Amino acid sequence: MRLKVRVLYFASIREKLGRDSEELDLPAGVASIAALRTHLRARGGAWADALAEAKLLRAAVNQDMVSPAAPIKAGDEVAFFPPVTGG
Amino acid sequence: MRISVQTEDFDLGAEVKAISGNPKIGAVASFVGLVRDVAMTLEHYPGMTERAIGKIVVEAQSRWKVIDCTVIHRYGALQPNDQIVLVAVASGHRGDAFAACEFIMDYLKTQAPFWKKEQTPEGARWVEAKTADDEAAGRWTVPLR
Repeated sequence: MRLKVRVLYFASIREKLGRDSEELDLPAGVASIAALRTHLRARGGAWADALAEAKLLRAAVNQDMVSPAAPIKAGDEVAFFPPVTGG
Repeated sequence: MRISVQTEDFDLGAEVKAISGNPKIGAVASFVGLVRDVAMTLEHYPGMTERAIGKIVVEAQSRWKVIDCTVIHRYGALQPNDQIVLVAVASGHRGDAFAACEFIMDYLKTQAPFWKKEQTPEGARWVEAKTADDEAAGRWTVPLR
Protein backbone atom coordinates (compact mmCIF):
# COMPACT_ATOMS: atom_id res chain seq x y z
CA MET A 1 0.00 0.00 0.00
CA ARG A 2 1.28 3.42 -0.89
CA LEU A 3 1.34 6.37 1.41
CA LYS A 4 -0.30 9.50 0.05
CA VAL A 5 0.43 12.86 1.63
CA ARG A 6 -0.34 16.43 0.68
CA VAL A 7 2.77 18.63 0.71
CA LEU A 8 2.58 22.44 0.91
CA TYR A 9 5.35 24.95 0.22
CA PHE A 10 5.45 28.54 1.43
CA ALA A 11 7.28 31.83 0.88
CA SER A 12 10.78 31.56 -0.66
CA ILE A 13 10.49 27.76 -0.93
CA ARG A 14 7.23 28.08 -2.90
CA GLU A 15 8.83 30.63 -5.23
CA LYS A 16 11.94 28.55 -5.86
CA LEU A 17 9.91 25.43 -6.61
CA GLY A 18 7.32 27.27 -8.67
CA ARG A 19 4.47 25.46 -6.92
CA ASP A 20 2.53 25.76 -3.68
CA SER A 21 1.42 22.16 -3.18
CA GLU A 22 1.34 18.61 -4.49
CA GLU A 23 -0.11 15.19 -3.74
CA LEU A 24 2.64 12.68 -3.25
CA ASP A 25 2.92 8.89 -3.17
CA LEU A 26 5.72 8.15 -0.78
CA PRO A 27 8.09 5.32 -1.56
CA ALA A 28 8.71 2.71 1.13
CA GLY A 29 11.08 3.88 3.80
CA VAL A 30 10.11 7.55 3.65
CA ALA A 31 8.28 7.95 6.94
CA SER A 32 9.65 11.12 8.54
CA ILE A 33 9.99 14.80 7.71
CA ALA A 34 13.76 14.43 7.32
CA ALA A 35 13.37 11.45 4.98
CA LEU A 36 10.77 13.26 2.89
CA ARG A 37 13.04 16.27 2.58
CA THR A 38 15.89 14.04 1.37
CA HIS A 39 13.54 12.30 -1.06
CA LEU A 40 12.34 15.61 -2.54
CA ARG A 41 15.88 17.00 -2.72
CA ALA A 42 16.87 14.02 -4.89
CA ARG A 43 14.68 15.46 -7.66
CA GLY A 44 17.61 17.79 -8.29
CA GLY A 45 17.57 21.31 -9.78
CA ALA A 46 15.40 23.77 -7.85
CA TRP A 47 14.53 21.00 -5.37
CA ALA A 48 18.15 20.38 -4.46
CA ASP A 49 18.60 24.13 -4.01
CA ALA A 50 15.39 25.00 -2.11
CA LEU A 51 15.67 22.02 0.24
CA ALA A 52 19.48 21.97 0.49
CA GLU A 53 20.76 20.36 3.64
CA ALA A 54 22.53 23.54 4.78
CA LYS A 55 19.33 25.55 4.51
CA LEU A 56 17.48 26.34 7.73
CA LEU A 57 13.92 25.14 7.15
CA ARG A 58 10.86 24.57 9.27
CA ALA A 59 8.24 21.90 8.75
CA ALA A 60 4.72 21.22 9.92
CA VAL A 61 2.61 18.07 10.04
CA ASN A 62 -1.13 18.61 10.12
CA GLN A 63 -0.54 22.30 10.89
CA ASP A 64 1.68 21.76 13.94
CA MET A 65 5.33 22.76 13.73
CA VAL A 66 7.50 19.66 14.16
CA SER A 67 11.13 18.53 14.31
CA PRO A 68 12.85 16.74 11.38
CA ALA A 69 12.39 13.36 13.12
CA ALA A 70 8.60 13.72 13.21
CA PRO A 71 6.77 10.78 11.58
CA ILE A 72 4.44 11.18 8.60
CA LYS A 73 1.63 8.85 7.65
CA ALA A 74 -1.03 8.44 4.99
CA GLY A 75 -3.42 11.37 4.77
CA ASP A 76 -1.13 13.85 6.51
CA GLU A 77 -0.77 17.45 5.44
CA VAL A 78 2.93 18.25 5.44
CA ALA A 79 4.45 21.70 4.91
CA PHE A 80 7.96 23.03 4.32
CA PHE A 81 8.76 26.69 4.87
CA PRO A 82 11.54 29.07 5.94
CA PRO A 83 11.76 30.28 9.57
CA VAL A 84 8.80 32.57 10.17
CA THR A 85 8.99 36.37 10.10
CA GLY A 86 5.59 37.66 11.21
CA GLY A 87 4.68 40.05 14.01
CA MET B 1 -10.75 35.18 23.18
CA ARG B 2 -10.69 36.36 19.59
CA ILE B 3 -8.13 35.50 16.92
CA SER B 4 -8.36 37.06 13.49
CA VAL B 5 -6.04 36.78 10.50
CA GLN B 6 -7.23 39.39 8.05
CA THR B 7 -6.27 41.86 5.32
CA GLU B 8 -8.33 44.73 6.83
CA ASP B 9 -6.93 47.28 9.27
CA PHE B 10 -8.05 47.29 12.91
CA ASP B 11 -8.99 49.90 15.53
CA LEU B 12 -7.01 49.60 18.76
CA GLY B 13 -9.57 51.57 20.78
CA ALA B 14 -12.48 49.46 19.61
CA GLU B 15 -10.59 46.20 20.26
CA VAL B 16 -9.56 47.24 23.78
CA LYS B 17 -13.12 48.31 24.55
CA ALA B 18 -14.45 45.00 23.27
CA ILE B 19 -12.47 43.02 25.89
CA SER B 20 -12.94 45.46 28.78
CA GLY B 21 -16.57 44.83 29.69
CA ASN B 22 -16.09 42.40 32.58
CA PRO B 23 -16.00 44.32 35.92
CA LYS B 24 -13.28 41.93 37.18
CA ILE B 25 -10.89 43.45 34.63
CA GLY B 26 -8.53 46.01 36.10
CA ALA B 27 -5.87 46.08 33.38
CA VAL B 28 -5.64 45.81 29.62
CA ALA B 29 -2.17 45.64 28.06
CA SER B 30 -1.91 45.98 24.30
CA PHE B 31 0.80 45.88 21.68
CA VAL B 32 0.57 47.14 18.10
CA GLY B 33 3.25 46.27 15.54
CA LEU B 34 3.75 48.63 12.58
CA VAL B 35 5.44 48.39 9.18
CA ARG B 36 8.81 50.12 9.30
CA ASP B 37 10.38 51.95 6.31
CA VAL B 38 9.42 49.75 3.37
CA ALA B 39 6.25 48.38 1.83
CA MET B 40 5.82 44.63 2.16
CA THR B 41 3.61 41.68 1.41
CA LEU B 42 2.80 39.20 4.14
CA GLU B 43 2.12 35.57 3.29
CA HIS B 44 0.71 33.07 5.77
CA TYR B 45 -0.41 29.45 6.06
CA PRO B 46 -4.22 29.60 6.33
CA GLY B 47 -5.47 27.24 9.00
CA MET B 48 -2.13 26.67 10.66
CA THR B 49 -1.80 30.37 11.44
CA GLU B 50 -5.01 30.51 13.46
CA ARG B 51 -4.16 27.18 15.11
CA ALA B 52 -0.63 28.31 16.08
CA ILE B 53 -1.86 31.59 17.56
CA GLY B 54 -4.60 29.70 19.42
CA LYS B 55 -2.01 27.42 21.02
CA ILE B 56 0.10 30.40 22.10
CA VAL B 57 -2.93 32.08 23.68
CA VAL B 58 -3.90 28.87 25.50
CA GLU B 59 -0.34 28.61 26.84
CA ALA B 60 -0.49 32.25 28.03
CA GLN B 61 -3.80 31.52 29.77
CA SER B 62 -2.19 28.60 31.59
CA ARG B 63 0.64 30.81 32.92
CA TRP B 64 -1.16 34.03 33.80
CA LYS B 65 -4.65 35.12 34.80
CA VAL B 66 -6.06 36.17 31.46
CA ILE B 67 -9.72 37.16 31.48
CA ASP B 68 -9.99 38.01 27.79
CA CYS B 69 -7.66 38.40 24.86
CA THR B 70 -7.64 39.50 21.22
CA VAL B 71 -4.95 38.78 18.63
CA ILE B 72 -5.25 40.26 15.14
CA HIS B 73 -2.61 39.74 12.45
CA ARG B 74 -2.88 41.20 8.97
CA TYR B 75 -1.58 39.70 5.73
CA GLY B 76 -1.36 40.85 2.11
CA ALA B 77 0.08 44.17 0.92
CA LEU B 78 1.06 46.66 3.63
CA GLN B 79 2.61 50.14 3.46
CA PRO B 80 5.07 51.88 5.81
CA ASN B 81 3.37 52.86 9.05
CA ASP B 82 0.48 50.43 8.51
CA GLN B 83 -0.55 48.38 11.52
CA ILE B 84 0.43 44.68 11.19
CA VAL B 85 -0.39 43.01 14.47
CA LEU B 86 -2.42 43.62 17.62
CA VAL B 87 -2.22 41.71 20.89
CA ALA B 88 -4.51 42.90 23.68
CA VAL B 89 -4.82 41.10 27.02
CA ALA B 90 -7.36 41.87 29.75
CA SER B 91 -6.60 40.78 33.33
CA GLY B 92 -7.44 41.61 36.90
CA HIS B 93 -4.07 43.29 37.41
CA ARG B 94 -1.34 44.78 35.24
CA GLY B 95 1.35 42.18 35.97
CA ASP B 96 -0.60 39.39 34.29
CA ALA B 97 -1.70 41.63 31.41
CA PHE B 98 1.83 42.90 30.63
CA ALA B 99 3.47 39.49 30.89
CA ALA B 100 0.86 37.61 28.86
CA CYS B 101 0.88 40.29 26.15
CA GLU B 102 4.67 40.17 25.78
CA PHE B 103 4.71 36.35 25.88
CA ILE B 104 2.10 36.08 23.13
CA MET B 105 4.04 38.54 20.96
CA ASP B 106 7.38 36.78 21.50
CA TYR B 107 5.95 33.38 20.59
CA LEU B 108 3.98 34.72 17.68
CA LYS B 109 7.27 35.94 16.15
CA THR B 110 8.75 32.44 16.13
CA GLN B 111 5.73 30.10 15.91
CA ALA B 112 3.04 31.71 13.77
CA PRO B 113 3.55 30.92 10.07
CA PHE B 114 3.88 34.38 8.50
CA TRP B 115 6.54 35.50 6.04
CA LYS B 116 7.37 39.08 5.08
CA LYS B 117 8.53 40.04 1.62
CA GLU B 118 9.86 43.58 1.43
CA GLN B 119 9.61 45.73 -1.69
CA THR B 120 13.03 47.39 -1.65
CA PRO B 121 14.35 49.76 -4.39
CA GLU B 122 16.59 46.85 -5.51
CA GLY B 123 13.60 44.54 -5.83
CA ALA B 124 11.51 42.30 -3.62
CA ARG B 125 13.26 40.20 -0.99
CA TRP B 126 12.15 37.80 1.73
CA VAL B 127 12.95 39.00 5.25
CA GLU B 128 15.36 36.68 7.10
CA ALA B 129 14.32 35.38 10.53
CA LYS B 130 16.25 36.87 13.44
CA THR B 131 17.97 34.75 16.07
CA ALA B 132 17.05 37.55 18.51
CA ASP B 133 13.42 36.50 18.05
CA ASP B 134 14.23 32.89 19.01
CA GLU B 135 16.09 34.17 22.05
CA ALA B 136 13.16 36.40 23.03
CA ALA B 137 10.81 33.42 22.90
CA GLY B 138 13.41 31.21 24.58
CA ARG B 139 13.62 33.38 27.68
CA TRP B 140 10.13 32.22 28.65
CA THR B 141 11.98 28.97 29.56
CA VAL B 142 9.50 26.26 28.64
CA PRO B 143 9.13 25.32 24.95
CA LEU B 144 5.65 25.54 23.54
CA ARG B 145 4.01 22.20 22.86
